[in-house]
Amino acid sequence: MSTIQKIQAEIIEDFGMFDDWMQKYEYLIDLGKELAPIKEQYKTEDNLIKGCQSRVWLHAEHTQGKIIFTADSDAIMTKGIVAILINVLSNQTPKDIATAKLDFINEIGLKEQLSPTRANGLVSMIKKMKLYAIAFNN
Amino acid sequence: MLNISKIRAQFPILSRKVNGQDLVYFDNGATTQKPQSVITAESNYYQNENSNVHRGVHFLSGLATDKFEETRITIQNFISAKHSHEIIFTKGTTDSINIVASGYRTLLNKGDEIIISELEHHSNIVPWQMCCEQSGATLKVIPLLDNGSLDMIAFENFLSENTKLVSVSHISNTLGTINPIEEIIEKAQAVGAKVLIDGAQAASHISLNMQSLGADFYCFSAHKMYGPTGVGVLYGKEDVLNELPPYQGGGEMIKEVSFKKTTYANLPHKFEAGTPNIAGVVAFKAAIDFITELGLSNIAKYEGELLQYATEEVLKIEGLKIYGTAKNKSGIISFNINELHPYDIGMIVDKMGIAIRTGHHCTQPIMERFNIPGTARISLAVYNTKEEIDICINALKKAKMMLS
Repeated sequence: MSTIQKIQAEIIEDFGMFDDWMQKYEYLIDLGKELAPIKEQYKTEDNLIKGCQSRVWLHAEHTQGKIIFTADSDAIMTKGIVAILINVLSNQTPKDIATAKLDFINEIGLKEQLSPTRANGLVSMIKKMKLYAIAFNN
Repeated sequence: MLNISKIRAQFPILSRKVNGQDLVYFDNGATTQKPQSVITAESNYYQNENSNVHRGVHFLSGLATDKFEETRITIQNFISAKHSHEIIFTKGTTDSINIVASGYRTLLNKGDEIIISELEHHSNIVPWQMCCEQSGATLKVIPLLDNGSLDMIAFENFLSENTKLVSVSHISNTLGTINPIEEIIEKAQAVGAKVLIDGAQAASHISLNMQSLGADFYCFSAHKMYGPTGVGVLYGKEDVLNELPPYQGGGEMIKEVSFKKTTYANLPHKFEAGTPNIAGVVAFKAAIDFITELGLSNIAKYEGELLQYATEEVLKIEGLKIYGTAKNKSGIISFNINELHPYDIGMIVDKMGIAIRTGHHCTQPIMERFNIPGTARISLAVYNTKEEIDICINALKKAKMMLS
């Protein structure tokens, strides 16, 4: 099992403990609050992923063969999901990121938050993370 | 007095569950739900009446044409237009505005001016920007006052002999402001300008009389007035529509076609190229009948009571701020709670079965004006109740607690 898969399995286990949506949302809110802040200088127009509803900033750095992502969002629920995506994909090799299958999204019942109709910028965020990985892999 | 439970019973969707909860539908500014009569009319059209209009000699074609034209007469009466051919069927308000803006590209020149306002929906901004780009005309924007009403002094200062067109909404979809369109029309026409009113948020809430109002154009959408999606109206005064170049070429809109010269059909067909949304137009009549039976004055009175109640109740939530506090308002409440993001609020109340709208509501200039990322919006319709408002307030309190 790759690291990315292991992390995903842990997340699925975490979410398995929740009985209802409220607990799940409260957990996301906590994750959002705890997300390590992005450096102010990286909150640029270039790093901004504009959703119709909420905005996401994503910064990527390639060091020692791995990509470090930092991110932020103006909506706390979005930020919670951003935190999970960072947890899964940051500090991994470009190759692993580019080929990662993000099965956990369905498993933890967040698929609706990541459907293209949810204009929260998260679908574009995943796409951008993958594109960084492909670019750094070459 | 309206019997609201009887009205609610006509809307099948209102009895469904959402996320395991009774649906509370407060997104009527985006689209209203449909009564059974509209749903039946649309499906009955396909089951018993379907054929193309204005073309065939056979029985069904005649029947479909009659039904289609019956709606035109119904709309004419509904808005007290002088002629039925002043009613153009379109895809919706956006389409209606684009037909006019597209025509004005060739009617305007450099030095001409178009006036819109800061509270317009993007669909009453972008078509005019495109029109200005191509014609060389200049766009002027009436600013907003802090309470969400238009700065009428600025408007008057804009008016000159260069003003060729003024396009403003009757009611703001974000702020609920009812604009003083009578005054706008009078003052704009006094300098020789034409006036378009975007009535998308008004047509199912305020009684309309085109002959006394005097607007040159008035646009609205069926789906925001209990009717089907994909159908709208462009009303225009006969002489003004005659002067406006056609929008799309195709079948139906022509008198004669040859490779030397094609001549255009008379109104309303000049603007109705191609096969229209016949089923939608036929079902639109059922929606107008629904409104007419209840009576627009009764609807306005009831929605006014709901608005007042909802406004008083939401303001009891500490830290809640309403955007749009004009004296003359329709059933729309845009708000934020402290620094909470409207998206988070919308996500949480959705889990409690409540449909509110969050975001910029296609009015980014308003968000910029108030320096906010968006708002949460409650927009009311005749089937809403005070009980639903109470449920929503409780959900908002819960969301505030979870997010704070």
